[in-house]
Amino acid sequence: MARETWLLFRHHLRVTLRQKAGVAFGMIQPLLFLVLFGPIFATIGTWETLVPGLMVQLALMSTGLAGFGVVFERSSGVLERMRVTPASRLALLLGRVLGNAVTMTVQALLLVAVGYAFGLRAPAAGLLAGLALVVVLGVSLAALSYAVALTIDENLFAPVMSTAVVPLVLLSGAFLPMSMAPGWLDALSRVSPFRYTLEALRDLFAGHYATGAVAAGAAVTAAFAVAGLAVGTKVFNRENA
Amino acid sequence: MIETLGLSKTFRNGAHAVRGVDIHVGQGEIVGFLGPNGAGKTTTMRMLTTLLRPTSGTAVVAGRDLLREPAEVRRRIGYVSQGGAVNPFTPLGEELELQAMLHGLTRDRARARVREVLAGLDLAGTRDAIGATLSGGRRRRFDIAFALLHEPALLFLDEPTTGLDPQSRANLWDHVRRLRAEHDVTVFLTTHYLDEADALCDRVLIIDHGLIVAEGAPAELKTGGRTLDDVFLDITGRSLREEAGHGA
Ligand SMILES: Nc1ncnc2c1ncn2[C@@H]1O[C@H](COP(=O)(O)OP(=O)(O)OP(=O)(O)O)[C@@H](O)[C@H]1O
Ligand SMILES: [Mg+2]
Repeated sequence: MARETWLLFRHHLRVTLRQKAGVAFGMIQPLLFLVLFGPIFATIGTWETLVPGLMVQLALMSTGLAGFGVVFERSSGVLERMRVTPASRLALLLGRVLGNAVTMTVQALLLVAVGYAFGLRAPAAGLLAGLALVVVLGVSLAALSYAVALTIDENLFAPVMSTAVVPLVLLSGAFLPMSMAPGWLDALSRVSPFRYTLEALRDLFAGHYATGAVAAGAAVTAAFAVAGLAVGTKVFNRENA
Repeated sequence: MIETLGLSKTFRNGAHAVRGVDIHVGQGEIVGFLGPNGAGKTTTMRMLTTLLRPTSGTAVVAGRDLLREPAEVRRRIGYVSQGGAVNPFTPLGEELELQAMLHGLTRDRARARVREVLAGLDLAGTRDAIGATLSGGRRRRFDIAFALLHEPALLFLDEPTTGLDPQSRANLWDHVRRLRAEHDVTVFLTTHYLDEADALCDRVLIIDHGLIVAEGAPAELKTGGRTLDDVFLDITGRSLREEAGHGA
C-alpha cells in the first residue's frame, strides 16, 4: 500500500509541476491578500494575526478544491481504470491527498517567507508547529474534497465548493479576529473547525505554546483529520465511485 | 474462467439492470455478449470486474471468488470500459507505466512491458503522445494497452470497436485473435456489430432486459439461413429500447 501511495503521489506531483502556468498561479494566488490587503491590515493589526488567517484561507482554497482533479479523472475513466488494479483504495486516495498537501505546504512556506519580508516576526518553533497544523488541516480538507467530488453531480462541484469556501474562510476569522464580531456571528463561527485551528495558529505565531487555544486547535484539527480521512476512504471504497 | 450463478443487480433507483444471469466461459474462449441498448451488458461487466457489487448471486472470475477476493480477481483480469480510459492530457507512456506499476510490476519491467504492448498493438513510437491528439482507432488501442500490461488471463472488452472504421475494426479483431493464439487469453466482449460477433466469437450470449435469452456458437444460432442480425431481432424483438415503458 505504501508503494502504491508513493507511485500515485509522485505521478500527481509530476502532473502538477508540468503545468507551468498552473504552478505560477498557485504560487501567486495565496500572496495576493498578503501583498494587497496586508499593509492595510497592518495599520490596525499585526502580521502575526494576519498570516495565520491567510494560511487557513490557503488550506481551504488549495486543498479544499483538490476534488476538481478527481472529477475529471472520474469522467475520463482514468479513475475506474486504476480501480481495476490490485492497488488498495486507500492508496488511490492517499497518493492524491499527499500530492495536494505538498503543494499546499510549498504555498504556505512562500506565504510565510513573503510575510517575513513585510514584517512578520514569529519564533521558529511556533512557525513549524503552525505549519504542521495547517498541513494536517490540508490533508483532511483534500480527503473531504475528494469525497464530495465523487458524491455530488460532477457539474455541481465547482459552483458548490467555490461558494462553500467563502463563508468557511470568513467564519474562521481569517481576516479579522472573531472576537470583534457580534454575538450571533461569533457563535456561528464556533461551529466551524477552522476557527479553532486558526486561533491555535495565532497563539503559536505569538510564541504562546501552552494555551487552551493551542490545545483546542490541535484537538479539533486532529479530529477533523480522522473524520476527513474516514469519509474519504469510505467514498473511495464505495462501488461506483 | 467465468462462472456465475444468479448474478443480479438492482440499482438504488430501483432499476433491475441484471436479473439473475448464469454465465460460463471456458479457458481460451472468445465469447460475445450481445444485447440491445440497456440490456445489462455493461452492468454485468462492471460486476465481473469488481466495480459494482452484485445485489445477489455468486461468481468465480479467473479462478477467484468475486466477492471474497476482489483484489485477486483484479490481478488476473484486464478491463476495457465502454467509455475508455485515456487521460487526454498526460503523456501516454507515463500513464501506462503507472498503470503497470499499480499492478505490481517493477519500474524496469513496467517500461519493458509498455514497449512490448505498444509494439504488439501497432502503437510503437507513440509513448509521448497525448490522449487528446489521438484518432478514435488509436485511442481504443491505447485503452486495450492499459488492460494488457500485467498479462491478464482474462480480458473484458466493452464495445471495443464502436465508432471505429472498418480497417481499425479488422485490425482490432486480429489483435484479439492473436492474444488468444499466442497467450491463451480468454476474451469476453460486447458489441453491437453482429458481423463482428459472427467473425470473432466462438460463442455468443444474448442478454435482454437483464436475462440471458439465447446462447450458442454463431453457426448454431443462425438456423434456417438467417444472419446473426435476423436471429438477434427475432429473439429480442424490433421495438426500440430505453423508450417509455422499458424495463418494467
Ligand atoms: N448507475 C446506474 N443507476 C441506475 N440505473 C442504471 C445505472 N447504470 C445503468 N443503469 C440502467 O441499467 C440498465 C442496463 O444498463 P447497461 O449500461 O448495463 O446496458 P448495456 O447493455 O451496456 O447498454 P448499451 O448497449 O447501451 O451500452 C439500463 O436500463 C440503465 O439505464
Ligand atoms: Mg454498455
